[in-house]
Amino acid sequence: MSAVPVTPPPVSAEAAPAAPVAPAAPRLLYKPAEVRTGWRVLPTRMAAMCAVEIQKLRHDRTELYTRAIQPALWLLIFGETFTRLRAIPTGGLPYLDYLAPGIIAQSAMFIAIFYGIQIIWERDSGVLTKLLVTPTPRAALVAGKAFAAGVKSVIQAVVVVIIAALLGVALTWNPLKLLGVALAVVLASAFFSCLSICIAGIVLTRDRLMGIGQAITMPLFFGSNALYPVSLMPAWLRVISKGNPLSYEVDALRGLLIGTPSHLPLDFGVLALAALAGIAGASALLGRLAK
Amino acid sequence: MTVTDSRQPAAGPGAEVAAIAVTGLVYAFGQTRAVDGIDLTVPAGEVFGLLGPNGAGKTTAIRAMTTLLKVPPGMIRVFGRDVARDRMGVRRLLGYVPQQLSADSGLTGRENVALFARVFDIPRRERAERVAEALEIVGLADVADRMAGTYSGGMVRRLELAQALVTAPRLLILDEPTIGLDPIARTSVWERIDDVRAATGMTVLVTTHYMDEADQYCDQLALMHQGRIRATGTPESLKRDLAAAWHDAGRDAEPTLEDVFRHFADSELLGDQEGGTFRDVRRSRHTASRVG
Repeated sequence: MSAVPVTPPPVSAEAAPAAPVAPAAPRLLYKPAEVRTGWRVLPTRMAAMCAVEIQKLRHDRTELYTRAIQPALWLLIFGETFTRLRAIPTGGLPYLDYLAPGIIAQSAMFIAIFYGIQIIWERDSGVLTKLLVTPTPRAALVAGKAFAAGVKSVIQAVVVVIIAALLGVALTWNPLKLLGVALAVVLASAFFSCLSICIAGIVLTRDRLMGIGQAITMPLFFGSNALYPVSLMPAWLRVISKGNPLSYEVDALRGLLIGTPSHLPLDFGVLALAALAGIAGASALLGRLAK
Repeated sequence: MTVTDSRQPAAGPGAEVAAIAVTGLVYAFGQTRAVDGIDLTVPAGEVFGLLGPNGAGKTTAIRAMTTLLKVPPGMIRVFGRDVARDRMGVRRLLGYVPQQLSADSGLTGRENVALFARVFDIPRRERAERVAEALEIVGLADVADRMAGTYSGGMVRRLELAQALVTAPRLLILDEPTIGLDPIARTSVWERIDDVRAATGMTVLVTTHYMDEADQYCDQLALMHQGRIRATGTPESLKRDLAAAWHDAGRDAEPTLEDVFRHFADSELLGDQEGGTFRDVRRSRHTASRVG
């Protein structure tokens, strides 16, 4: 603070006639910011990126509404029909209840898996280039972006939870469990958005990323326990499902929201590890986007 | 002209350190050597113009200086810090405006600037005020809460200037800041840069191929062509030197900076010989003026 030059207040009654239309000297712009280092860099950058994401959603809510259509249809059409069919062993649960957590996870993943498109747009428009020249380590930038994607997914999850509640799904309203749901969604979104950034860093164009994104979302979705229990799957698919982070997310969400038996420590452990691995991979590949 | 007062940054120790010191910078994309061995010193506090035709290597040189491209240690120093060794330290000193118009159209002008205040760790208590000041300085205070997507090209460029200035950089790097802008917008961008420089004493490195701008606003110039620096000097000295060369060749005319530019850009066709001669002439003149 000692470096702040002492200036007269910009609007001063006596000074006004003396100075001929000289604009008030910008006091703060003389002063470089205090340097923040170490552990504080990561949370501040994450907060900055999340703030941007929330500001954008506040300005343009269309994405929020249009994104709500697909999960609503899944629950309404697929869910209601299969509830009647009773073809899937859910352990006594109405199928709609069983399905709801899966659809939350799926809709959050669909948002995150195309996050790389935004990164490519930011690169093409120069926004990313400018961010790369700020005192932000790449890992912090990627983590910031990943958790910003998570914020978007959480908002999406809230919408789906409301739709599910309206359809009569018996969800928990325990705030701690809901917090756990948010955490699981954020971690999984961080992983999937980093996966998307990785692909973006490899293919470098929007069109190719769209193609690859579409090619992998369905296998990820159907190769998980989102729609049916893993026990129904053929052995080879079960193996794939074991390596699919979406399965762990759904398991956690189902356990927290509906109260089915689940493996929460394992689920959160896998999700956290996946998010970390994603951030590491995406940070390594971000340099390709900077060139 | 407006905000000059006694509050120039103190000339403390290290005031003589060059803002940018480049030695033997080489950067190749595959087989193409975009920058082919340049040496360059940008003195602190000056507006330094890096001129050259398209593909001269200006942007590559700038991207190396901003830490966007990896270069080996020892090639580039910014205020004494090696860009290869102290990336974060260098980035803290930099404001960078790339060639593209790069504001985030999904945010308001104010939010665009605030993002940069945040990522440069400007404390919350002074963030809003700083952002407002930066927007004021570039003349966007009235439209700060409009979406950046609705801005004109000139306004976006000024917004980017505000994004760079909000962090109080010691070195402002602008890559073709007035490209694609109408003459009034160009003048307006330059006037903002001039004002801030006068008030804060920051160094400005700018690339352009508008010779009139370089002539009017730059203290020093370096002419770049095919990855190399062909000439350096003030706009006046460059013109004077070419006038002398012309005079020796029996041509009596007042060269413009554009002629100087063309002289070096075309000298490739005549072989390196002429460029060399010209440089020698200039160098000896400089030596003479320094000695005398």
